[in-house]
Amino acid sequence: MLSYVIRRIGLMVFILLGVSVITFSMMHFVPGDPAEMIAMERYGEEITAETIAHVRAELGLDQPVYLQYFHWLTNVLQGDLGYSFRTDRPVLDEILTRLPATVQLALAGMLVALVIAIPVGIISATRQYSAVDNLSMFGALLGVSMSNFWLGLLLILFFSVHLGWLPVFGRNGIEYLILPAITLGTGMAAITTRLVRSSMIEVLGQDYIRAARARGLKERVVIYKHALKNALIPVVTIVGLQFAALLEGAVIVEVIFAWPGIGRLLVDSIFARDFVLIQGCILFIAAMFVLVNLLVDISYAYLDPRICYEAK
Amino acid sequence: MHDLVTRAIKSRQPSHEVFRRLRKHRLALIGAAIILVLVFVALLAPFIAPHDPVEQNLGNRLLPPSIEHPSGTDNLGRCILSRLIHGSRVSLQIGIMVVGIASITGVTLGLIAGYRGGLIDELIMRIVDLLLAFPGIILALAIAGILGPSLYNVMLALAVVGWTSYARVVRGSVLSVKEKGFVEAVRVLGASDARIMFRHVLPNVMAPVIVMATLGMAHVILAAAALSFLGLGAQPPTPEWGSMLNDGRAFMRTAPHLTIFPGLAIMVTVLAFNFLGDGLRDILDPRLKEMRR
Repeated sequence: MLSYVIRRIGLMVFILLGVSVITFSMMHFVPGDPAEMIAMERYGEEITAETIAHVRAELGLDQPVYLQYFHWLTNVLQGDLGYSFRTDRPVLDEILTRLPATVQLALAGMLVALVIAIPVGIISATRQYSAVDNLSMFGALLGVSMSNFWLGLLLILFFSVHLGWLPVFGRNGIEYLILPAITLGTGMAAITTRLVRSSMIEVLGQDYIRAARARGLKERVVIYKHALKNALIPVVTIVGLQFAALLEGAVIVEVIFAWPGIGRLLVDSIFARDFVLIQGCILFIAAMFVLVNLLVDISYAYLDPRICYEAK
Repeated sequence: MHDLVTRAIKSRQPSHEVFRRLRKHRLALIGAAIILVLVFVALLAPFIAPHDPVEQNLGNRLLPPSIEHPSGTDNLGRCILSRLIHGSRVSLQIGIMVVGIASITGVTLGLIAGYRGGLIDELIMRIVDLLLAFPGIILALAIAGILGPSLYNVMLALAVVGWTSYARVVRGSVLSVKEKGFVEAVRVLGASDARIMFRHVLPNVMAPVIVMATLGMAHVILAAAALSFLGLGAQPPTPEWGSMLNDGRAFMRTAPHLTIFPGLAIMVTVLAFNFLGDGLRDILDPRLKEMRR
């Protein structure tokens, strides 16, 4: 177990390094000369070649690329992601002030998904090919195909514009969270329902379940005490993998509902062409994603010890 | 007699078998039918569309659905139905381009990685790992954001992100196929590596690729619409479904049809590809049945 964890952490360090190289090199694809852009930002449109050269030297942009990267990485490791062009605030501060909103939204979305997926998945699995099963599987396919931005708009249309029950924009209390959480959670609910169902069906076909039934245990006990525990193991992985989808969805949901999270920060910074902030957001989101995946992998190995051996 | 034998041989050909089973898969058939209709709509768009998709008519702003404009008009008086019809061209084009580039790149690199092994395998798969370390749309968002908003950049971004899953799946299948006896047999006969890879190994790893590409169409169309919805993809006046939805947001109170119809178009299209993809998966590879995309 321990050696597995150590190996996974080693792999993570490698991935994080690669992630940093990719995010760093992104800036070199920005059309135009960054030194010139920053100089214009600071000193206005009328700038001389000397000013540009000065800015270039000051930012270290005249050094070889690998030195620039090394310099940048040292700063990043010390928590210095640079300063936003637009607000002049440290990028890390900008991100950290937005982080709680995104985490709250993601957790709420996940909650919505699991509250729907686990019961519906179990019911579908225990009544395979019944009308209920067919209906919920069709619903799941619909949920996968429904774009979250359209769902969000429809929810606003119905619950806010038509019925006037829920607020549309901002983050001022729990009632502001309901529509964004449903919007975000639906896609994940659809995928997770299918997984719970198939995993439950597989577990229910195993010998130990037959043994439990043969011992005369009530069906309810067999399903909820014996089968569910094992059926939920793969769900842990999907929850981790779905974290990416949640982050992606959060970008859209935060834009639609004016939710002040990292996703909206990223989109705003793209439109403001605030490249340092874009870079910071991407790096932060990717690092978060890699870390969550690590935690998921480790907890999965803990739940199902066979994994450690198979991975070798 | 001879006729019977050829017919028996024919019916045992894998492609015939697939079509036979596809005919029995109701959802897959529905999906295929919708896609067929979509393709015709896209090809014949200029002839079917009742109005010009970009012509503005400020006297007809925000009209509700009527016989003249079955889906109403938008804030610039443009016919929404005509824009939706022309929008099918944009979405299908993006889907085909991105899935085409991503799958060809991914399959080729996966094939090479799996077949060659060693250093090149290590290199390709580590790049795949790295790209998969980013949530896909977010990386695409960043690429499109840095290069500037345009449909072309969205396609590029989605292709850069998309090839990895093909490479991974193909490599896995190649690893098992290349150990099979028939590959050894062809090698002994003196076939070159390239010939073995593309003529003998490739056909045996195509089943999951076809499934992935079909589901990938759904995924790419949805992602491109999302990026356009955010304003990073199609630029006005291009009739693109995602950006039409974005335009409609400001008029939700007074003209909800601006939000309803483009969303419906996206959903039906994505649903159709998902139906077909799920069906193909059941038929081509039962083991993949419940696998996540």
